[in-house]
Amino acid sequence: MITFILNHQLIQTDEPAGMVLLDFIRYKMHLMGTKAGCREGDCGACTVLEGHLENGQVRYKSIVSCLTPLGNVQGKHIVTIEGLQKDKMSPIQQSIIDNSATQCGFCTPGFVMSLTAHSLAQEASSPQKVVNAISGNICRCTGYRSIKHAAADISAVLAGKDMKNPLEWLIKEAFLPEYFRDVAGRLKKIKEQAVSTESGKPVAGGTDLYVQQPDVLAVAEIQFMNEDASLQKIEIEDGFCRIGGAVTASSIVQNEALERYFPKIKAHFKLISSEPIRNMGTVAGNIVNASPIADLTIFFLALDAVVEMQAKDGRKRDVPLRKFYTGYKQLVLQPGETIRAIRFRLPETAVFNFEKVSKRKYLDIASVNSAMLLQLKGDVVETVHLSAGGVFAWPFYAEKTAAFIRGKKLSPELVSEAAEVLLSEIAPISDIRGSKEYKSLLLRQLFLTHFTEMFPQQFTPEVLFSKIMAL
Amino acid sequence: MKNIDSKGHVTGKSVYLDDIPIRQNTLYAAVFDASVAHAKIKSLDLSHAKDFQGVVQIFTYKDIPGENQIGGIIPDESLFAEDEVQFQGEPVALVVAESEAIARAARRKIKVEYEELEVVTDPREAAAKGLLLLPPTTFAMGHPDKRWDACKYVFSGSTEMGGQEHLYLETQGAYCFPQENGNLMVYTSTQSPTAAQRSIARVLGTGMHNVQVDVTRLGGAFGGKEDQATAWACLAALASSKLQKPVKLVLSRHDDLRMTGKRHPYSSDFKIGLSEDLKILAYEVTYYQNGGAVNDLSPAISERTLFHTTNSYFIPDVKATIYSCKTNLPPNTAFRGFGGPQGMFVIESAIAKAAQELNIPASVIQEKNLLKEGDMFYYGQKAEQVNMRKSWDNAFRDFKIEEKKKEIEVFNNEHRFLKKGWAIMPITFGISFTATFLNQARALVHVYTDGSVGVSTGAIEMGQAVNTKMAQVASFAFGIGTSRIKLESTNTTRVANTSPTAASATADLNGQAVLIACDAIVQRMKNVAADMAGTKPEEITLKGEQVLAGGKATGISWEQLVTEAYMRRIKLSEAGHYATPELFFDKEKGKGHPFAYHVYGTAFVTAKADCLRGTYEVEDVQIIHDFGNSMNLIIDTGQVEGAVIQGIGYVTMEELAYDKTGRLLSNSLSTYKVPDIYSAPEVLVVKPLKAEGPKHAILKSKAVGEPPLMYGLGAYFAIRNAVRAFNTDFDTFDSPITPEKVLMGLYRLKK
Repeated sequence: MITFILNHQLIQTDEPAGMVLLDFIRYKMHLMGTKAGCREGDCGACTVLEGHLENGQVRYKSIVSCLTPLGNVQGKHIVTIEGLQKDKMSPIQQSIIDNSATQCGFCTPGFVMSLTAHSLAQEASSPQKVVNAISGNICRCTGYRSIKHAAADISAVLAGKDMKNPLEWLIKEAFLPEYFRDVAGRLKKIKEQAVSTESGKPVAGGTDLYVQQPDVLAVAEIQFMNEDASLQKIEIEDGFCRIGGAVTASSIVQNEALERYFPKIKAHFKLISSEPIRNMGTVAGNIVNASPIADLTIFFLALDAVVEMQAKDGRKRDVPLRKFYTGYKQLVLQPGETIRAIRFRLPETAVFNFEKVSKRKYLDIASVNSAMLLQLKGDVVETVHLSAGGVFAWPFYAEKTAAFIRGKKLSPELVSEAAEVLLSEIAPISDIRGSKEYKSLLLRQLFLTHFTEMFPQQFTPEVLFSKIMAL
Repeated sequence: MKNIDSKGHVTGKSVYLDDIPIRQNTLYAAVFDASVAHAKIKSLDLSHAKDFQGVVQIFTYKDIPGENQIGGIIPDESLFAEDEVQFQGEPVALVVAESEAIARAARRKIKVEYEELEVVTDPREAAAKGLLLLPPTTFAMGHPDKRWDACKYVFSGSTEMGGQEHLYLETQGAYCFPQENGNLMVYTSTQSPTAAQRSIARVLGTGMHNVQVDVTRLGGAFGGKEDQATAWACLAALASSKLQKPVKLVLSRHDDLRMTGKRHPYSSDFKIGLSEDLKILAYEVTYYQNGGAVNDLSPAISERTLFHTTNSYFIPDVKATIYSCKTNLPPNTAFRGFGGPQGMFVIESAIAKAAQELNIPASVIQEKNLLKEGDMFYYGQKAEQVNMRKSWDNAFRDFKIEEKKKEIEVFNNEHRFLKKGWAIMPITFGISFTATFLNQARALVHVYTDGSVGVSTGAIEMGQAVNTKMAQVASFAFGIGTSRIKLESTNTTRVANTSPTAASATADLNGQAVLIACDAIVQRMKNVAADMAGTKPEEITLKGEQVLAGGKATGISWEQLVTEAYMRRIKLSEAGHYATPELFFDKEKGKGHPFAYHVYGTAFVTAKADCLRGTYEVEDVQIIHDFGNSMNLIIDTGQVEGAVIQGIGYVTMEELAYDKTGRLLSNSLSTYKVPDIYSAPEVLVVKPLKAEGPKHAILKSKAVGEPPLMYGLGAYFAIRNAVRAFNTDFDTFDSPITPEKVLMGLYRLKK
């Protein structure tokens, strides 16, 4: 039995825990406002709100219901477009009407839900933040100009939000219906209950598994990794960071302590999927998926992260992430073993950069991505880690290049020679993300870009290219 | 006035096909399609699938009581493959089961043995092998062959242009209920309810009168549900008719992407000749259109490519030939612009080629050859009410293009690894179906006794707000508020023999029909009103829901007038019929007057390339667009904006990829990318041109659906120019200009 609140209604259902929320909403509850657009988290038409209790209050975020198993909404509040129903339009709905920001209308409920999630966010609004909130919503009709204007209007209304008592303010201003007031109390009364099957297939955010095998998982027995609160912590201690396996990309990017060590993390993570997918996708999921272009894995490879694993019998072991893959989609992970966390040394004085190029800049899978960490002592490279995705059968750790650079004096000549080493140790293949020639050239470019980003004074593109062109 | 559907849309109450409440005993269908692109079917084993728990029946061509034929223009398209498959995704069987999941699971149990045949995916290869869907077609004026010697400059080259996936957010689907006496009720997401009705009748071997098709709205279509919606309606209808149960068939996104055709890719050769003062004297072009396995709408799309061969320019000697090539891909089909952009891309490439060889901006050549009043289109129609020059001049003035050009030059001199480029994209787009007979429409208008009004037309609402415009037309004719007016669903029993909602002409055609119907009712009501007010009918006007006589109030309200007319047994309903006058076209000669009027405009586009990463941004798109006297500028501006972004996507990130075996590689939303909110340009300005609209446009408000898509082509040339500012060795014309092509172009070495 899975128990949760759907809009104002308490749901207790015996439907399979692996069934996706979208199907439950549309075909079991007959709430037809939530649309099925792509069923792979790439269009946002099925976006709903997920609220969970945190310190006695409900915190909401946008999620795509097409990739969310019912098991992941146990004890939560799910809000669909029908759950916003009031006598009058919410300011969000009204701004979409006023700006003619809806044409065929099929994507519109998804936009309304993403925007409503933004209105519930615990930070001040800005037009750009409103746009970020709808980064996972595709509209094929409007061309987005009218939607951006609606976003600006919404942001202007939200400027008046009472940050001390946001919920009351949102109810008063008709963003939310009154029943939201009682949701926290109602959620507290729902008994914690495990919906997992111990021996089932481990599923965390589901953002990749449900793209690959939705029909299988719909009826499968599942071990819901998100049930384990111990997997959801980010701990910073003694210069190290430990991130639980079920921590989402959003939780990482919202962690203020981490932002001190990664000042550009917001810009870097913006390149990774979209708001609702970042709200769902987890670190361990990204790693075990073993996609050769996995963004988070590439990010953490360059931090030389260690993967902490645990077997069913409780036995633990650590493996460096760079030793985690043994072949295409081959892992050192044994049956029954799960990733508990990753841990890495925080870059105190080291510099770090992440690059990603894809056909579409945002909400796309990389053609090539790469991350690099450099620790200098004087002008000599003391520590270096370099990763690259899309150029090898698994997320690639450029060991030879790192070895070539380590201990040498950093100079344009070194960079251009290292680029040669790097291109000699990769093995890209031609596929939908680009030809192997493109991927090689792109990796060289991104490698150079690491230096122009990390040392903009010393390494201008002009300086680097004078060496490259000379080769 | 806002889109009358807006409130339904933002509250999630608007109903699309998959939202129709399910009837008891509904069965669900899944299509089993060919997994190879060209093969003989040696055997088809359905036994394991039939035995699957919950499967009701599996249909193949053998179960068709009528004809296995759904070709729209040319009867060359079977509903189910028989002995041979011609493309991957071609329907072979239909599994009908108690649930969608069962139907999908069962179809995986179907086994086919194929004897594979040669697969052709490239149009030039098909042409070389004589694999053509149609005989080649040529339109010409003058004789370019005799003109080359007189040209100071002659350049030739080739272009490649990829296709485009429609990516309507709502996938294809149909839901059919059997009715008494062998009749069928069909709900389907189609732009062509009549095509669905006709094909269902043909497949079932019954009359069209036995098939009722009803459409409330579509969640996007863009041409993809003009001809390509028919198959799914026929499949659901076949199963529903045979089983006498409601049957629902909604394609999953992956099925939809794999099974349906796209915008046609083209490969083309051009030759352009110019005088010393840069007048284009002669232009010759050969198009190789990748038609896919069957005709679908390719004949009509080919024609429109020919019609738009010279875009916005007058060229005295022109010859254009198109080969519609038969390949083993899903049948390519209508897509906003309908062959127009493919034609325009080649002439713009030819001009860009000449400009780069002469080391001048393309705009210098564009500007010297703009179409003028009275010029002859090379297909024999005289250009009238030409607004090309005006839109061009206004763009230069309003958008300060000369200043922008200088700023870009300075920027490029100051930056080595960031480069900007700009381009101007003029458009001239003909409005009307090029198949003259389709330029007709009907409307049915009822005035109810309480003064409210119901309007039915043949127009399909698919986001373009055609229903809103129809309500405006009725409101204008009756002098009443739009809140009194309801637009009914589009239903073949209320309005028959409809033309598809296509060719940008739907508001014009159906709007005129609504106006004709309303005017007939108004005329009868005026007689009543004149009698009531003791005056002549000519003195009566209906305005503000009041009857005016000689412009003065009579004290008679709209409602009173309606009641009185009813009591006097006056007919308060009317069916209007409209056929666009003056149209004709002789296909043999390639001459005539195919268009009611043309839409004009000019776009200024700038782009910035990151020459380290090979990425780019379209920064600025500013447009002067000829709306005529827009009847709804907010709606029309939204159409322009949406079309432009779709056009930009088409030439930048939207890359269709098939492998050599004819398998679609860009088969999901993670591999086929359309513009998101971040890729829309920072600046998108659409300014209306002040110009009187033509009489054949509804209330002089010009058609707006397709023409602005072609402004998007400007993004291709702006990005190309940015890359060339870094490396002039980049000299190909190959759309879409993806980040891959940009990076390879930036670092391309001289041949």
